[in-house]
Amino acid sequence: MESLQYAMQTDPSQVPTTYYLILSALLFVIGAVGVILKRNVIAIFLCIELMLNAANLSFVAFSRSLSQVHGQIFVFFVMVVAAAEAAVGLAITIVLYRNRNTLSADDADIMKW
Amino acid sequence: MELWLFYFFGAIALLAAINLVVSRRVFYSAVSLIVCLCAISAVYMLLEAPFIAAVQVIVYAGAIMVLFLFVIMLLDPFSAGTLPDKRRYLSYIALALGTGSLVMLYPLLKAYNPAKTPRSIDFVTGGTGTLKHLGETLFSAYLLPFEVTSVLILVAIIGAVVLAKRQP
Amino acid sequence: MIDYLWLVPLLPLAGSAVNGLVGKRLPKPFVSSVACGSAGAAFVLAMGAVLDLARLAPDQRHAVRFFFDWIVSGDFAAKAELLLDPLSAVMLLVVTGVGFIIHVYSIGYMHAEDGYYRFFSYLNLFLFSMLTLVLANNFLLMFVGWEGVGLCSYLLIGYYFDRRSAGDAGKKAFIVNRIGDAGFVLGIFLIFVTFNSLDFGEVFGQIAEGPQRFPVETGVGLLTAIGLLLFVGATGKSAQIPLYVWLPDAMEGPTPVSALIHAATMVTAGVYMVVRCSAIFSRSQVALEVVTVVGILTALMAATIGLVQRDIKRVLAYSTISQLGYMFVAAGVGAFSAGIFHLMTHAFFKALLFLGAGCVIHAVGGEQDLMHMGGLRRHTPVTHWTMVTGALAISGIFPLAGFFSKDEILWSAWVNNHPAIWAFGLLTAGLTAFYMFRLIFLSFYGPEHFPQESRHHLHEATPSMTLPLIALAILSVVGGFVGAPSWMGLGPNRFEHFLEPSLRFAYRPQPGEANPGLEMAFAAISVLVALIGISVAYRFYISRPESADAFAQRASLLYRLLFRKYYVDEGYDAVFVYPTVSGSTEVLWKIMDVEIVDGAVNGVGRVIQSWAGLLKRVQNGLIRSYATWILLGAVAILFYIAVIRG
Repeated sequence: MESLQYAMQTDPSQVPTTYYLILSALLFVIGAVGVILKRNVIAIFLCIELMLNAANLSFVAFSRSLSQVHGQIFVFFVMVVAAAEAAVGLAITIVLYRNRNTLSADDADIMKW
Repeated sequence: MELWLFYFFGAIALLAAINLVVSRRVFYSAVSLIVCLCAISAVYMLLEAPFIAAVQVIVYAGAIMVLFLFVIMLLDPFSAGTLPDKRRYLSYIALALGTGSLVMLYPLLKAYNPAKTPRSIDFVTGGTGTLKHLGETLFSAYLLPFEVTSVLILVAIIGAVVLAKRQP
Repeated sequence: MIDYLWLVPLLPLAGSAVNGLVGKRLPKPFVSSVACGSAGAAFVLAMGAVLDLARLAPDQRHAVRFFFDWIVSGDFAAKAELLLDPLSAVMLLVVTGVGFIIHVYSIGYMHAEDGYYRFFSYLNLFLFSMLTLVLANNFLLMFVGWEGVGLCSYLLIGYYFDRRSAGDAGKKAFIVNRIGDAGFVLGIFLIFVTFNSLDFGEVFGQIAEGPQRFPVETGVGLLTAIGLLLFVGATGKSAQIPLYVWLPDAMEGPTPVSALIHAATMVTAGVYMVVRCSAIFSRSQVALEVVTVVGILTALMAATIGLVQRDIKRVLAYSTISQLGYMFVAAGVGAFSAGIFHLMTHAFFKALLFLGAGCVIHAVGGEQDLMHMGGLRRHTPVTHWTMVTGALAISGIFPLAGFFSKDEILWSAWVNNHPAIWAFGLLTAGLTAFYMFRLIFLSFYGPEHFPQESRHHLHEATPSMTLPLIALAILSVVGGFVGAPSWMGLGPNRFEHFLEPSLRFAYRPQPGEANPGLEMAFAAISVLVALIGISVAYRFYISRPESADAFAQRASLLYRLLFRKYYVDEGYDAVFVYPTVSGSTEVLWKIMDVEIVDGAVNGVGRVIQSWAGLLKRVQNGLIRSYATWILLGAVAILFYIAVIRG
């Protein structure tokens, strides 16, 4: 037991978890603002991917902070879902371009009151 | 040492993200996203998650972004800007919201204080320990979600094919 | 037999239900058998019950039969309880007897109608209600019957519902009655508050046994208030001033209805009620005065209007109002049994006159204007002779029934210090004789004025219609002798003696000196006045027919006033009806209902629509704005966590 505690010393150069979280928050907000700012649908998709990554970063940071592996496993699943979503979303974008000949989100506004 | 590495890669990620949002051509945005992903992968390394870092590069940057680039190339790759924005107010609102949320988040995040993260034994004994642990947990406790995601991928494939195929 | 008393009202009710529910599909003989059978059975049972009652000793003649507990609340109980005493026995026999006769008459009179079953159903229902009214042992049950007869009156007046005038007349009758009923109900409330019970025995017993609590009132006291309120109800139901206006219009109903309801039975309910409450009225000078004055004024006024009316049924209607006034006069001067006696004899000859008028109307093919009749005595002899009998009876000619009853009233007025009442009553008697024989002469004598094409109707009616006439005529002749006064030497007044036990709670002031000689003289005077009236009618309408028109020309203003019934209906219209209707239309309908209520409801709808109009703009199909809203929501939650929850 004592050797374990001895091993659990903190490294002075270690980065506090907060910094990772702040980075994650910044990336997330940049992505969120980008979703609204960009008009090209593919650009919107890219921003969404950025947001997902920011969330992943947060997961991994907590995983390390709490010494649990579950955060990383969740990141694993998030990536799988992101891949699937990207595939389908891009398929839809292709269909949109084929029918309307535009990639602008502002032009696809028929479903309204 | 770690701290400087963190600052370095963090800065790259942020700059790439900002470029993603700011650039006018979607191709540039995609490329800067690739850069950002790689920077984040390095940060994962710093966070002692080598497997996740590898998967990030292989799957995210290597597969998903390639797919994005395919589609960008397919559809109008060098679109030189679009029509002037008729709803600029949305942009302003978004910026305001973004700033506001950052301001509100900062104190919350700052307040997080795990009692000086203890290093677990697995970390001490080497990197492969993490992968072993990850694998064991994945295939025991998370077996069902794992199988479900494989079905999910199958569904996504079928969906993508059906949606995008050319109608005769 | 008294134990089967409950069957007497219930048999007609059952008949009404049968005819009402299934009568439409059944042949007419079945319908009339059910209706007349139940009426006849009720009459037989009533006779049996009354005979049983008569076998008891006079002070035992008070049979109460409990049916079921209707309302029980705390110590208050209103029971469905029937009372058979001399007063209700007389009413019972009149209602069932005359009712049965009129049911038989209706078989012939209504045989051509499509709503045959409906008529008999309503008629039986009326019998049930009237019997409930007269047999009830408490005010509440009596009120049930009171309202029931009002309902049946409305239903039967409006029997020819495809005629606008009939529907209007029915409504008028019901509404005017309702006004009277408001007073009646207030009286019942006051009784309950005072006596804590609505049972006749308890209420009247409390009055009689507590002379300190309930002294004879000279001014306005508790009993006076009760009496006046109850009398308001009586003016409505029994067509006295000011609520008589519905009765002439009620002639829109079929003639048997006019005979049964508006002559013999329903309109007498007010008189019955006042006599039943003799304990209350006799102790209140003011109430008695009001009753007497209203009665005599009504009698005189109605008689004057009847002098010039042209519709045969209207003459009879105003005659009914007038005779009802006599009955109230009798009650008002304290001669309660005289009032009931006149009620009974009036039922005989008035029903006879109405039924006869029905035969006359049938004979001239539906014509009701007296000026378009004439000479019918050659064609309808039975009708002629029975109607003459009835007219003689109502005029008070010795020895027919009306003589005895009317004379007793006039004598009571004199004896109880109301000489003015006696004088006016005498004058009214003369007018009665005049207009009644005017009716007889114009319809049965003289040249024939009816249109040629109705000649094929010109025959005597069927036996189902003439036999009732004969029966009623016989009753009109001999019916008076049960109340023959003592001066005739036939013994004491049996009718008055019979009714004594029912009036035992009444307060009896010191009776006046009996003066048989004066009584006989007064009787002679009234017969003389009647004969004068008849002879004047003869002169005007038989010997010198043109003199009637000449007189009308010279006194044209007076004639018009009488013919237009003193413009009372027009007055009511202007004062009550028009303001109510226009107030309802302009204020209640157009402003309150349409603008305020509808406006509020529609306004709510419009407000919601306008908000929705604003909100729907959120759905503009733009992904960017949707994303903005999502982000906004997330930031709001963040705000809540970060700032508000610290």
